[in-house]
Amino acid sequence: MRLKTRVSAYTLSAALIWSSGALSQQMKAEVLHWWTSAGESAAVKVFADQFTKAGGTWVDNAIAGGANARTAGINRMVGGNPPTMMQFNTGKQFDELVSNDLVRDVDKLAQAGKWRELMPKPIVDASVREGKFFAVPVNIHGQNWLFYNTKIFADAGLEPPKTFPELVASGEKLKARGIIPLALGGQPNWEHNLFRAVLVGHGGADMFRKLYGARDQQAVKSPKFKETVELFGKMRGLVDSGSPGRNWNDATALVITNKAAMHFNGDWAKGEFIAAGQTAGKEYGCALVGDGGGKLVIGGDVFVFPTTKDKNQLATQDKLIEVLLDPTSQIEFNKKKGSIPVRMDVDVSSMDVCAQKSHAVLKDPANQVEAMELLSTPNFSGAMQDAVTQYWNNANMSADAFIEKIVGAMRDAS
Amino acid sequence: MTTVSIRAPGISPPATTKARRRIRTRLPAAFALLPTALVVLVVYIGCMLWTVRLSFTSSTLLPKLDWVGLAQYSRLFANDRFLTSAENIVIFGALFISGCLILGFLLAVFIDQNVRGEGIFRTLFLYPYAMSFVVTGVAWQWFLNPGLGLQKLVRDMGFESFTFDWLVNQDMAIYTIVIAGLWHGSGLTMAILLAGLRGVDEDLWKAARVDGIPTWRVYTSIVLPLLRPMVVTATVLLATGVVKLYELVVAMTLGGPGIATEVPAKFVMDHLFERNNIALGTAAATIMLIAVVSVLAPWVYARYVRPQGRHA
Repeated sequence: MRLKTRVSAYTLSAALIWSSGALSQQMKAEVLHWWTSAGESAAVKVFADQFTKAGGTWVDNAIAGGANARTAGINRMVGGNPPTMMQFNTGKQFDELVSNDLVRDVDKLAQAGKWRELMPKPIVDASVREGKFFAVPVNIHGQNWLFYNTKIFADAGLEPPKTFPELVASGEKLKARGIIPLALGGQPNWEHNLFRAVLVGHGGADMFRKLYGARDQQAVKSPKFKETVELFGKMRGLVDSGSPGRNWNDATALVITNKAAMHFNGDWAKGEFIAAGQTAGKEYGCALVGDGGGKLVIGGDVFVFPTTKDKNQLATQDKLIEVLLDPTSQIEFNKKKGSIPVRMDVDVSSMDVCAQKSHAVLKDPANQVEAMELLSTPNFSGAMQDAVTQYWNNANMSADAFIEKIVGAMRDAS
Repeated sequence: MTTVSIRAPGISPPATTKARRRIRTRLPAAFALLPTALVVLVVYIGCMLWTVRLSFTSSTLLPKLDWVGLAQYSRLFANDRFLTSAENIVIFGALFISGCLILGFLLAVFIDQNVRGEGIFRTLFLYPYAMSFVVTGVAWQWFLNPGLGLQKLVRDMGFESFTFDWLVNQDMAIYTIVIAGLWHGSGLTMAILLAGLRGVDEDLWKAARVDGIPTWRVYTSIVLPLLRPMVVTATVLLATGVVKLYELVVAMTLGGPGIATEVPAKFVMDHLFERNNIALGTAAATIMLIAVVSVLAPWVYARYVRPQGRHA
């Protein structure tokens, strides 16, 4: 009995302290995200500092690993104790949170801020559900950049390739010179990323959308698709034997240290070059490979705002949105993150040449291709990844067998 | 404290007291066990049932309680990756358990020869077990990587044609996982069997010596049968390691090259937490449960159920 009284007294006092604390803290935002690497945490600090400047208190809740962070965040939302704002990747990851009314509709702010006009359409589409914005995009990542070592290409007297058949041809020449033509992090998701780069470059944006979005079985049975798949298969010969299991940043390091000539990756790989003291356009270059100059596959990050009835929290969330999309924080955040601003109206002349190239390419809507995460469910993407990694790692597997697996994945994956 | 005695007709007072005393001594014990019992019921059994139930639904990101029958199971058994996983766990399980037992036994016998510096050897052999599977996996990944580890070392020593690329070879990669597993688990098996060996009666050895039986024969025909309980203990411990095999694969190969080293636990984890496919993940987990139960059931029956039946 006495113990019980003491316990309840503690709870009561704790509750009192808690509520009085909440009253005095006008804008306290708990932010759940998975930006834990050096460059990423420097980037998120830009938002935190801007929010603090605006009079808020930023409570940083960084959880390493996207899957871990999402699981933790979703569990808290379902359990009724959500953070103030939470990161997701642009795409379908938060679909069910919207359909279960767990995240807030921010369309009023979107209309006031003219987001639909300022942001590329694929990004808008990925944040809008049933005609309303449910997420706030903060950046655009290009996923299919070719990073190349300028010195290796100059020494070999070669131009960086513009199309994939060219890439295979110059790759063979580089291989004869004892250089690893293509550095690849041989883990299923990077093999899949390479496949998507080839698909959008050689097969075209339309075929990319038909595969990942519409799951069009006719498209994957077309001769053009088979040609693309065979081209992808030929690229197996361009990687070194140490590729399987390698981390992506180790693959990037091969280009940095002049061991490998080319590397496909998202623009986040720039962080590795920067950390090694290299400058875009000098030691390394970036290019889009594909027919007609290449398209840019874009994804990125968004923040969602869990539903709440608390007026104070709603105001805090509004303030956060304002901070996220403020031109200054957009430029500073994206410089550190390696991505480009989600608003096409900001001046990017202070960013590096690769970022400027991204921005210029995206000016033309025809060059904007929505990333797999925007088109496909995690489940179908996963099934595709299983198929791609099997094809890539098994030189004896025919293009037809691979296509058969894709058709199977289209049929079975939810 | 007052005691109210109830006299029931037909029951003699001594019997009531006895029963009451029994309740009184058992009550605290029951109370002490209650939390454990609750945990077992709610956490273990409850979650198990919940998992099985979810495998019959179409849940994706969030659990949903509809009913789709065996649809997830037919998907599961049409899935290359799951089938490869199942095959891999059988290969790994058989080689890992038998390998650890054989190596562990040999190491134990070696130490049992009263070698000098026994303490050092014992510590040395047991050390790998102190490492987590993640550390083990990363270390072996580096060691077996053709461009970094063993192969490069031997080639640098002048043997240009030496090739040991199992780690990046689809057909052999699963055996590298076995090697790392053996390195990790043999020491523990040794420790358990060594304890058993030390318990063998000196007189048995003397008798065998008098009869002129060769040492190896004593080990295989007399000592090994005596060690049966130790072997069972080691096997059970190793078997749990097989079922939960996950970190080692993630650290060493991430299931690759291709899907060559996928294992069921990784299949479950990926589908639950990365692919928003709770239903397929729980279906795979259920199959794992069935597999474990069907291996354990005959053993439990033979060990606990049948002997009692015979006595009765």
